[in-house]
Amino acid sequence: MSSVPDNAPHQCPGTQSEDAGKASACAGCPNQNICASGVPAGPDPAIEVIRSRLANVKHKILVLSGKGGVGKSTVTSLLGHGLAKLNPDVNVGILDADICGPSQPRVLGVRGEQVHNSGSGWSPVYVTDNLSLMSIGFLLGSPDDAVIWRGPKKNGMIKQFLSEVDWGDLDYLLIDTPPGTSDEHLSLVQYLSAAGVTGAVLVTTPQEVALLDVRKEIQFCRKVGLPVLGVVENMSLFVCPNCKSRSEIFPATTGGAAQMCSTLQAPLLGALPLDPLLARCCDSGRDFLQEIPGSPAVAALQAIVKQIVSTCES
Amino acid sequence: MLENVKRVILVLSGKGGVGKSTVSTQLALTLKERGFKVGLLDVDLCGPSVPYILNLEDQNIHQGNEGWIPVYLDKDQKLGVMSIGFLLKSRNDAVVWRGPKKTSMIKQFLEDVYWQDLDFLVIDTPPGTSDEHITVMENLRSVPQCSAILVTTPQEVAIEDVRKEITFCNKTGIPIMGIIENMSGYECPSCSECTNIFSTGGGKSLAEISKLPFLGSIPIDPRVGALAGKGIAAVKELPESNTSRVFNDLVVRINETSSNSQR
Repeated sequence: MSSVPDNAPHQCPGTQSEDAGKASACAGCPNQNICASGVPAGPDPAIEVIRSRLANVKHKILVLSGKGGVGKSTVTSLLGHGLAKLNPDVNVGILDADICGPSQPRVLGVRGEQVHNSGSGWSPVYVTDNLSLMSIGFLLGSPDDAVIWRGPKKNGMIKQFLSEVDWGDLDYLLIDTPPGTSDEHLSLVQYLSAAGVTGAVLVTTPQEVALLDVRKEIQFCRKVGLPVLGVVENMSLFVCPNCKSRSEIFPATTGGAAQMCSTLQAPLLGALPLDPLLARCCDSGRDFLQEIPGSPAVAALQAIVKQIVSTCES
Repeated sequence: MLENVKRVILVLSGKGGVGKSTVSTQLALTLKERGFKVGLLDVDLCGPSVPYILNLEDQNIHQGNEGWIPVYLDKDQKLGVMSIGFLLKSRNDAVVWRGPKKTSMIKQFLEDVYWQDLDFLVIDTPPGTSDEHITVMENLRSVPQCSAILVTTPQEVAIEDVRKEITFCNKTGIPIMGIIENMSGYECPSCSECTNIFSTGGGKSLAEISKLPFLGSIPIDPRVGALAGKGIAAVKELPESNTSRVFNDLVVRINETSSNSQR
């Protein structure tokens, strides 16, 4: 993990580096003396706070994708509902770490809810008895409000979400992320380094332009030492509601997720077909698993949930 | 900065995967087909898609006397492209950077690329309202002819993020040229029944509510999707398609507004 502070000069060697305070880039840095003194600043104290806060969370799973709009939030919410339905005693939490484009409050149908602060921290919003959610969407005054923040402010928010939300005892904490391999992702991995992340679920769509970015995300996971639980291919086949013929809307010209997974040796968890009703359910915040239990997407999802559970338990 | 660029067009969307890169590349290609000299700058550093879409993945950037020389799509150098994708060793390489590094890269892209004289510079952006966007806006403040096109898909969950992007444009004072709705309906190839996979009309109603011009809706057309990776203009290859109509109209509108403001 890099120890370069967010506000460091260009080419800062990092505070933990042997060259700290001695490299040419350090000249003129206000912290040069501190770094050069050889007393390492030590890890961020928040990491320890987060570890104790999340001590009662059994499995922490990141939902990632290099690409935007592939269905990270949809898959996160489906997994959340799917895991929560396994057993009423299984408690699931969802943390929406997409600061600039939070979608979870809409997808889970809890827009306009308020987050309350108590002595033990922020209480998340409960979607069902055993599914809770925290998102920056609850903290915005209006849906038009834009969060125009650079990295350090976003990191501060994520730190607060991890250290101050009172989840209670959780079996699964699913963390929905924005696209890319930048501040939010690095911060999550860094802040959760002591608490421990079970692994990452990657979401992709079948076409090459999405796979291109997802391969980068797999590389990111390997760079930062995050285990890949598997890849979910979303929007893979479209079944026409009129003639029931199948067509590929986003053609897998390069073999889709299956080919990518075998090349990069990552497990493929399954493929979710494109169901227009699923998009509709997400828009109106209804529980797709309950509304349309007969959809092929539901069967595919349940298989994916089963695999995730067995990987986590083993 | 960018003194020799007549007009800058930003392609924005709060949401990812709605087709910003497809719109950017098709817009640049359409402008090129109309005889303009065009630059296309990809500031999506973590997920650059433009090199793949334009089939330029193996190209390299060269350093000239006057700065970085963009990659040209054609011999006549009518369309120049700059993307971080050209600077990566392998196409699987991840750019794992925090904000400050991304900011300095984008500054270099804006300051150090030798575009020559351009009629249009199209800038493709990543989703969100964060470092990349703030940096681009701050640096473009001094560029007089600059406006933004917002891309959305019809479903509410995308519209919600695009509303945030409108607020961002208003706060930073970038004029919005209008909204394009992408992926608005899919025609089944076997029975021709049109399914609104991601619902429909969202972009238009967003334009009405926010009092912005609606620039057209592009259906899901696998033929256009297949052009990705080839670098061919839809207006040239599929002149009859709805997609071509939208881009033709868009270029006409862009030219009208630029000649109006030059007067």
